[in-house]
Amino acid sequence: MLKFPIYFDNQATTPVDPRVLDVMLPYFRERFGNAASRNHKYGWEAEEAVELARKQIAGLIGASPKEMIFTSGATESDNLAIKGTAHMYREKGDHIITAVTEHKAVLDSCKRLEKEGFRVTYLPVQKDGRIDLDRLRDSITDKTTLITIMAANNEIGVLQPIADIGAMATERGVLFHTDAVQAAGKIPFDVNTANVHLASLSAHKIYGPKGVGALYVRRRNPRVLLSPMIDGGGHERGMRSGTLNVPAIAGFGKAAELCRLEMTAESARTQQLRDRLNSRLHARLDELYINGSMEHRLPGNLNISFAYVEGESLLMGINDVAVSSGSACTSASLEPSYVLKALGTGDDLAHSSIRFGIGRFNTEEEVDYVADKLVSVVSKLREMSPLYEMVKEGVDLSKMEWQAH
Amino acid sequence: MAYSDKVVDHYNNPRNVGSLSKQDPNVGTGLVGAPECGDVMKLQVRVNPDTGVIDEAKFKTFGCGSAIASSSLATEWLKGKTVDEAMAIKNTDIVAELSLPPVKVHCSVLAEDAIKAAIADFKKKQAEQQS
Repeated sequence: MLKFPIYFDNQATTPVDPRVLDVMLPYFRERFGNAASRNHKYGWEAEEAVELARKQIAGLIGASPKEMIFTSGATESDNLAIKGTAHMYREKGDHIITAVTEHKAVLDSCKRLEKEGFRVTYLPVQKDGRIDLDRLRDSITDKTTLITIMAANNEIGVLQPIADIGAMATERGVLFHTDAVQAAGKIPFDVNTANVHLASLSAHKIYGPKGVGALYVRRRNPRVLLSPMIDGGGHERGMRSGTLNVPAIAGFGKAAELCRLEMTAESARTQQLRDRLNSRLHARLDELYINGSMEHRLPGNLNISFAYVEGESLLMGINDVAVSSGSACTSASLEPSYVLKALGTGDDLAHSSIRFGIGRFNTEEEVDYVADKLVSVVSKLREMSPLYEMVKEGVDLSKMEWQAH
Repeated sequence: MAYSDKVVDHYNNPRNVGSLSKQDPNVGTGLVGAPECGDVMKLQVRVNPDTGVIDEAKFKTFGCGSAIASSSLATEWLKGKTVDEAMAIKNTDIVAELSLPPVKVHCSVLAEDAIKAAIADFKKKQAEQQS
């Protein structure tokens, strides 16, 4: 039985796994203690839950539990990693390197630092969505303190060569932060093999609750220090004060453990579903353009432009399927996706893009339904599209004189 | 975003989708918008040479649901109108009829532009024929 709307937006957020929720509930009820209360059982139980979660999350990424700092989510983790190291190491240098396809939490943190006088290099990406390592190497100066490049992109699922970046950063004595929100729990991600110094994680992208995240901060080789952004009781080794969100942290820990145990089987399954969707669409529709590398990509992600069909009208036609579009009409900014534009995708194709995020709870039956529905809606909208008609008549759209409005 | 019932109806059952022959001297074609802006409308009218009344109107639109609805509605309104009456259709009439939110007003502007462009094309063809 299909349940509607079908949820294919697992890059935006994921449902809480029932096994995660079961772990969380006691910490809302009888085990409500403050993890910082050192002198009674309530506090000890809460602390125990937090320390177990710390171990479970560290275990997912090959870190030591002491290296995990809990935050309110990955946006905070990104902010803390970037601003915290920039301020801590300001004496050493004032230059940061990032890429144009990073999450806004990273880009806007960098922009804030620019206003404070830091210099930021925004690396372009190649057509497949990956950065050029030579270009990165050439951008590093003796004033560079941080490279921040994501492990996997939230829109196009493209994986960056983080092990190569980590090796380069280590060799040049520069810190390397990666936003690993989309990658951790979906693909193997190990802070030691990739030479990562700081990594942002989020619970709600891995079937845990919203409102909790973590920042991995390396403790040795090298020991990384941060200026805290939030002052207070000195929680989390003084890097992030504030009473810990114990139920959410307990759930985050369980979610990380489940990912560690089930990742291999789960990623094979979501990739198979993703490939099935892709091949079913390609079998019956022409002029489909995949945005970003298919080779270096998250298993459950597919981002396709359906040429000559506008994204919002496409979403309207598949309103029993929950997906995202890079179309301007679906965003607050009225600009098409900056990630797709960075790939060199024309604005017209960016307007026609749909992101599919297949996850743990999706089924083959859902994939088949979504594929059939898309084929019928895209076909109908193309019948209605003046652009499709013109192309079929042999008109070169790029040579037309359009009146922009 | 929530769409009005009328927008949804036009999207699900668009009126007058299709094309008329550009070679027909009584057909005027308007093509407005740009693919990179996410909206392109093609609107065509055929004018009865004896009566001066629009007896057929067709559209094709690349754009959001509101753009499709605006052009679909425009073709409905155009049929049976004289050329002068057609020129009097205002985008605000479309906004009111479809209950378009402010962020979608540009769809109605584009539809008005498409009407005007189609009529202008028709008039140009007529003038060329007479000369």
